Parts: sequence; C-alpha cells; structure tokens
Amino acid sequence: MIELSNVSKTYGSGADAVHALRDVDLHIPEGRIHGVIGLSGAGKSTLIRCVNLLERPTAGSVTVNGQEMTRLARPALNQARHRIGMIFQHFNLLTTRNVFDNVALPLELMGHKRASLQQRVLPLLKLVGLDDKVQQFPAQLSGGQKQRVAIARALASEPAVLLCDEATSALDPQTTGSILELLRDINHTLGITILLITHEMEVVKSICHRVSLISDGRLVEDAEVGDFFTAPATQLGRVFLNDFLQLSPPQELVNRLEDTPDARTHPVVRLTFSGDAVATPLISRLARECGVDVSILQAKVESIQERTLGLMIAELLGTQAQTEQAMRYLESHDLKVEVLGHVQRDD
Amino acid sequence: MSSAMINLILQATLDTLYMVGVSGVIATLLGVPLGVLLYATRPGQIIAMPVANQALSIVTNVGRSIPFIILMVAIIPFTRMLVGTSIGINAASVPLTIAAIPFVARLVEGALNEVSPGLIEAAQAMGATPWQIVRKVLLPEARGGIITGLTITAVTLVSYSAMAGAVGGGGLGDLGIRYGYNRFNPMIMLITVIILVVMVQGFQSLGDYLVRRSDRK
Repeated sequence: MIELSNVSKTYGSGADAVHALRDVDLHIPEGRIHGVIGLSGAGKSTLIRCVNLLERPTAGSVTVNGQEMTRLARPALNQARHRIGMIFQHFNLLTTRNVFDNVALPLELMGHKRASLQQRVLPLLKLVGLDDKVQQFPAQLSGGQKQRVAIARALASEPAVLLCDEATSALDPQTTGSILELLRDINHTLGITILLITHEMEVVKSICHRVSLISDGRLVEDAEVGDFFTAPATQLGRVFLNDFLQLSPPQELVNRLEDTPDARTHPVVRLTFSGDAVATPLISRLARECGVDVSILQAKVESIQERTLGLMIAELLGTQAQTEQAMRYLESHDLKVEVLGHVQRDD
Repeated sequence: MSSAMINLILQATLDTLYMVGVSGVIATLLGVPLGVLLYATRPGQIIAMPVANQALSIVTNVGRSIPFIILMVAIIPFTRMLVGTSIGINAASVPLTIAAIPFVARLVEGALNEVSPGLIEAAQAMGATPWQIVRKVLLPEARGGIITGLTITAVTLVSYSAMAGAVGGGGLGDLGIRYGYNRFNPMIMLITVIILVVMVQGFQSLGDYLVRRSDRK
C-alpha cells in the first residue's frame, strides 16, 4: 500500500548538505497501522512528507496505492493526493470556516457540487462524534475536538491511506487516548492504512501493528510492535523502551553495584518475560528447584497488542552456584536475563 | 456662508469621494493580485518563481518610493493619453491609482504572511492547486488583514487626493488651499479639515466593522 525504496532526502549541497533521510526502505501492507518513532530531528517529518510528496525525495521511489508518486506530473499528483489523507500536530484547520465547511474543503477541491456536500460531511462528523458542532468555528473547539474535525476532513475524500504527523503531540494524555481510539476504529472499520510518526512510545504501544525506529535519517529497526517492546534489537530501541517503562534500579542500589561477583555478593538482574512465561509461577519454582530466594525490587506488566510483557528487577539470594543455576533455569524458560551487577549481602 | 460657498464645499466633498473611490477600487482590483503574486512567487512558495518575484518586488518598490506629488507631475503624458486631459478629478485619479497599487500590494503581501504555513501545507496535502490555495485558503484566511490594509489605503488616498489640487485636481484639499489659504478664509479651511476628519473616521469605522465581521479567531 505504501512502499518507499531507497528514499533519500538531502537539503542543500556540498559541505552544508543536510541528509534528512538516507536510503530509507519501508513497506506498509494494506490495512496496517505503522508507526515511525524517533527523537526530534531524526527525519520523521521529512519521511512522512515524502509519502505524499510535500517533500520531494532527492533519490529513490515512493509508491502509494499502486501509483509511483515520484513519477507523477503535477495534475496527476494532486489526483493521487485525494486518496491520501493527512492530519497534523497543530490540526491546520481554516479559522474562517466552520466545522462543516472545513470538512467539506477537500470535496470542494475535488469539484463536488455544493448540494452534495451535506450527505458526505454529516456522516463523517457523526463518525468522529462532532455532529453537534457543525456550525462551530475552530476557535470555539478544544484541541481534541479540532483534531477530530481534522480527521473527518482527512477522511472526506475517502482516502486509502492516512498520514498522521505527530497527531497527538499537542494533546493531553486523556485526549490522546481518545484520538488514538478513534484512529484505531477508523483503521478497523474503514480498512484505511495508517502511517504515523511520533516520539511517544505510548502511541506506538496503543495502536501500531508494526514500528520503525528512525535515527539520523536511517531506519535502524523495523519490527512487529510486540517484538519491539519485548526485545528491541538496537541500543536506541532499548533506550526508548527503558524510558517508556521507566524501569531502572533505584539509585541507592546502583551505587552499591559491583561488576564482579564474589562469595559475599548477590547478583541483581533485570528479567524480561513475555508470552507464556508471564503465566508461569517461575519465581516460586526458583525457590523450590534451585533453592534461590528472589527479592523483587521493581516489577511491571504491560500489555502490548495481544501480548503481555513483564519486567522485573530482582536480587537473587543464594550461593554463587545456586544463582547461576537459577539464571540458566530462567533462560531455559524464555526469560531474558540481564545481570546489572552484584551487591554485598546485608547480613 | 453663501449658498454658492456651500455648493462649492459639497462639490469638493463629492470630488474627493469620487477620486478616492475610483482609485481605491481600481487599485484594489490590481493591487490584490499583485500582492498575491509577490507572496506566491517567492522561493519555496506555491508558485515559486524567484526571478519573477525579484522583478515584481523591484517594480513595486520603485512605485512605492516616488513621492506622490512628483509621480503626479511625472506621469502627466500618460494621464493625458489615458483620460484625454491632465486636469480635473478623472486626471487626478490616474496618479492616485498608480500610487495606490504597490501600496495595496505590499499590505496584501503582509496580510498573507500572517496565514499559517501549516494551512497551505494541509491544502497541498489535499491535492489543492495553487489557484485553489489562493482562492480557498489564502484570501479567506487573510481577509481581516487585507481589509485592514484597504482601510489604510483609503485613508492614505484621502490625504493624497488633497495634493491633487496641485495639478488642478479639485476636491477638498484643493478647496482648502485655494479658498482657505490663498484667500485667507479660515472658516473654509476649518470646514475642509472637519469634513476630511469625518471622512477618515468613516472609512476607519467601516473598515473596523468589516474586519470584526470576517474575524473568527
């Protein structure tokens, strides 16, 4: 549905050249919600604008709805854009048009007759839950309501693809949740393919099927959301994940950590478990089968798509041989075990 | 005051309104498109044409920099060619229009600068053509600013039209100079000034009202 191959975008030339995108390959099948996450300046904005050619790639090709956008002449490109909806961080509604006329704008641009607008616009406003605000002007609406109008507007031309440019970044967490829910509904009921860019893991977690991580203009990681949240492949992915989960050992403990084990220390480990492991009473089995007691320092369970992800920071109490056996036991049950360090026994 | 005097004042008022009206309307019809072109042909804009933009900008600046009284005299041959005479209110309307076009254009360009670039981007993403962007996004969104600019233009034209007396243009300024100043009639001078003040107030109030009506922000 959306296919980017070898897309590069360079601003300027020579020594001053800025490489916003470098050799980006991205394939998004029909009906999927794909997220691109990255820090500011990583190239997210440029990437999403290359899909509908608001930015023309310096190299590479972009294909949407089976049309190679990068080859289209101006009139054909405008036609193709009717099939690609877009929403923005700052909504970009026309201040001088009321809600109805804002949603009607893309239809007017396509040459629809004034009389036919009503039957297209009103159902859309119902869909986004604003059928009681038809005559209001954007200045009279809250941020969430404005984004709903923008979504209705983006859907007016019956697009096959919806591009979301940081669509929830200007909204509070609660409103973000309701907008994401609306996007998921739209994806589900209308089958629209969604590409969204964001810097928030929460957005990826709650609605994306697949996620790409962008850094310095390159896609450095591309994974199903469940995989990304359980086992990010890159260092940057882990940074994003840890920031999101906010699970790092308490500072007081970090200060006491030693790198090498000896007879008087216990290992402190971070356990990541997903799938079946979550349901298994592993901790109590550790005590029984390895004679190791587990002191849990921090723990968290997240559900991502249909998968459950558990995280735990724990101290393993036992002899060196016992704790090593315990770690092997956990690994054999598909837990990821990272040793953060070793602490002195308190006794 | 004699009825002849009153008639003179009435006629001069109508003449001023005529000159301001004719030049204001024509300058709007030509100045608004010029302002849109100044904006839209800039590098990176919807119909980017940097060379044409530079040329338009220079022409506009030249028009803006010639003092009105000199412009009026300098284009007399052109005025004569256009309206057949170089005196009277029709003749005075020609330089007034010429002076007002670049003035309107720059004010319109300024009003368009205030439109959020995000709106243009959104319209482009919807597949809008440059002409559609101008008609459906830029002009409606800048309407308040454009009306403010046209109000300033009308007020400026009232003041410029007073100079038209220098080439036998007629109107209130002419009356004030010939009767009030040259013939030492302070009453006429005062009345002229009062009518001009009321006229400017009227334009300003009308402009403010129209801006309020178009402003939804």
